[in-house]
Amino acid sequence: MHAKWLLIVLLAAAVVAGPMATVAPAQDKTIYIPLLVYRTGAYAPSGIPNANGFNDYFNLLNERDGGINGVKIVIEECEMQYDTKQGVECYERLKGKGAVLVNPYSTGITYQLIPKAPVDKVVMHSMGYGMTASADGRWFPWVFNFPMTYWSQASAFIKYVGAQEGGMAKLKGKKIVHVYHNSPYGREANPTLETLAPQLGFELTLLAVDHPGQEQKATWLQVRRINPDWIYLSGWGVMNQVAVKEAATIGYKMDHLVGNWWSGSESDVVAAGDGARGFRSMTFHAAGPGFKVHQDVFKLLYDKGKGATKRELVGEVYYNRGMINAMLNIESVRTAMVKYGNKPLTGEQVRWGFENLNLTEQRLEQIGMKGMMRPIRVSCENHEGNGMAAVQQWDGKKWTIVSDWIEPMREVVRPKLEAAAVDEAKKLGYTMRDCSKE
Amino acid sequence: MIYREAGQFKTTYGADQAIFPIVQDRVIVALAVLAAFLVPPLVANEYWLQAVLIPFLIYALAAIGLNLLTGYAGQLSLGTGGFMAVGAYAAFKLTTAFPQVNIIAVFLLSGLIAAGVGLLFGIPSLRIKGFYLAVATLAAQFFLIWLFNKVPWFVNYASSGTITAPNRTVLGVIVTGPNATAPMRYLVALALVAAGALVAKNLVRGRIGRSWMAIRDRDIAAEIIGVRPLKTKLLAFSISSFYCGVAGAELVFLFLGSAETAAFDINQSFLVLFMVIIGGLGSILGSFLGAAFIVLTPIFLTNVPHAVGLSLPVALMKQIELMVFGGLILFFLIVEPHGLARLWQIGKEKLRLWPFPH
Repeated sequence: MHAKWLLIVLLAAAVVAGPMATVAPAQDKTIYIPLLVYRTGAYAPSGIPNANGFNDYFNLLNERDGGINGVKIVIEECEMQYDTKQGVECYERLKGKGAVLVNPYSTGITYQLIPKAPVDKVVMHSMGYGMTASADGRWFPWVFNFPMTYWSQASAFIKYVGAQEGGMAKLKGKKIVHVYHNSPYGREANPTLETLAPQLGFELTLLAVDHPGQEQKATWLQVRRINPDWIYLSGWGVMNQVAVKEAATIGYKMDHLVGNWWSGSESDVVAAGDGARGFRSMTFHAAGPGFKVHQDVFKLLYDKGKGATKRELVGEVYYNRGMINAMLNIESVRTAMVKYGNKPLTGEQVRWGFENLNLTEQRLEQIGMKGMMRPIRVSCENHEGNGMAAVQQWDGKKWTIVSDWIEPMREVVRPKLEAAAVDEAKKLGYTMRDCSKE
Repeated sequence: MIYREAGQFKTTYGADQAIFPIVQDRVIVALAVLAAFLVPPLVANEYWLQAVLIPFLIYALAAIGLNLLTGYAGQLSLGTGGFMAVGAYAAFKLTTAFPQVNIIAVFLLSGLIAAGVGLLFGIPSLRIKGFYLAVATLAAQFFLIWLFNKVPWFVNYASSGTITAPNRTVLGVIVTGPNATAPMRYLVALALVAAGALVAKNLVRGRIGRSWMAIRDRDIAAEIIGVRPLKTKLLAFSISSFYCGVAGAELVFLFLGSAETAAFDINQSFLVLFMVIIGGLGSILGSFLGAAFIVLTPIFLTNVPHAVGLSLPVALMKQIELMVFGGLILFFLIVEPHGLARLWQIGKEKLRLWPFPH
């Protein structure tokens, strides 16, 4: 009987004291950056390296430079299992501690936070994911998705296929299948592919895979029947591993299976073993631990036992992506500091920094990321920036870039994107701002 | 000593059959409801309201709905997530088509639409019972989610396939959408769940509730004494779905702000079913206790290590949280299979005898 009462008391304590343990305001002379991570659950294979990359880059800056211009970076992780409800809980908790920018790392959560960003004055950086329409900065001042949106990425994929087939005219009559995660994320590429299919004359088939994507036999049976010339894969987490494995099982030519940049990492190919060799994916940066920034990471973090992961995992695709995302955050804050001074900044000030980011080749060299990604410039109208995509290939051991930088079909994407932005903004009752006055 | 009903004489049937026949209960409940309306909006910060209390209230409403069906009418259902999705998508369609209609009316109307859908999927319950019915309601869950994913009309042809809560006002105050303040959202959720609980409590005490319980306890016997299974079961399905539908609409409009079908997946159905089982089948109070347990315990467990200054890796913390949570569920079910509501009842009986137990 005593156990029961103990539990009742415990439960009452849970109800009362639960969220009490939350508010610890950010100290002065620091910038607080919350990280929504998923190190557990069905999406952990993608989430873990990413979170580690983030951590290492922020820690590196604190170790090497003492933060950003002397302002220390304070990071806090919140585990959300790629679940929107837990993501909201995380966001609300961390927002209260003085967050000025957030990287949701989930398209679903990005959608949820977009309406909140202007109200809470928190900058949302969805790097290469999230809502494509938010790239129109006139309607969505608080949301950034540089270096590239899903729509631009899909158009770059079609351009790549055209180049491989020997010219865009050769696309006529070709069969392209889009295998996608049945969620807002996976569906993102569909409008672009649907627009381009009649224009270029290829046959498009859309095949949805339901969350979490562990069972795809039916999908790949269909693929086998269609026998497409190219497959574009928009998966995430465990879905990618299964898709690559299934493709290998049906004997599909792997170099014609191209993932989007969330479907091309080490964890996606290892399960399929040798069968995955030749698998390609889109990317916007290089993989591997061979850049100068990695040497610093090894020297200042891993040699001192402060690294977030194992030494040999540094340089994985998503690790590098986490690093680049952290770097873009930092460089934007640094841009804002040029205008507002080297002190902790407000949400509005950081927003200005994101909007005026101009990351040059020279700057990339200074921070040790030369060759790792391309320079990028963001503007008030264009929150997607002028990023370009590339294609990388798995050779059985590592990912290597095998294409030139591909310019997306901006003339096709941008008008669609602007129309979509009007639709999305109308839902939220926004008004368009005049960028000439910014 | 304090909690004793000696000297309280009932002189009318009405007084004898009141929801809370004991004066102390009435006072305590009235104070608790009053406090719920007054204290949190004044005291609690946004995190408390938005991330803790609002989801608790919304899930309590959904749990009441499922409890009517499973706890009172004895029909096991795994379609709760689907019915909640119906409510959410109906509310989105209604409020975008008729922006001038009061959002509370929209919630209730979407509840009615969910009730209609629930009625439809309740039809198999006339022939199928128990676990087999649970499997049949699973079909509702998967079909409805598939439908909302498949037909772009439901999301107003948005390319993303998500529904977003627009700004809507009640009596001039914004209660939904990004600009609504957390206290206003909280008050709306609280008012709806309070009204819903009151109606549900009266339903189960009256003719309808009794016929549900008769069907639950022995359907053949119930039929012989004149309870019509067709009407009774379908009524249970539709009223239950009404509650779930309103809860689903609230989930998007007051809590998430924007949602996709994944927010209503099969896990939601299980979650609400667990709330009902842990809280207590056939108890309105149990629905609240179950919702509190399922919603608040994980948040509590996440925050405890921070509170005591323990800094563990988040992944490890999450895993510990899941293990402790699972363990707690098992423990509760072992020590009290009838749920938290039964614990409460035992506590009350003990309190009546205190300080002279015999």
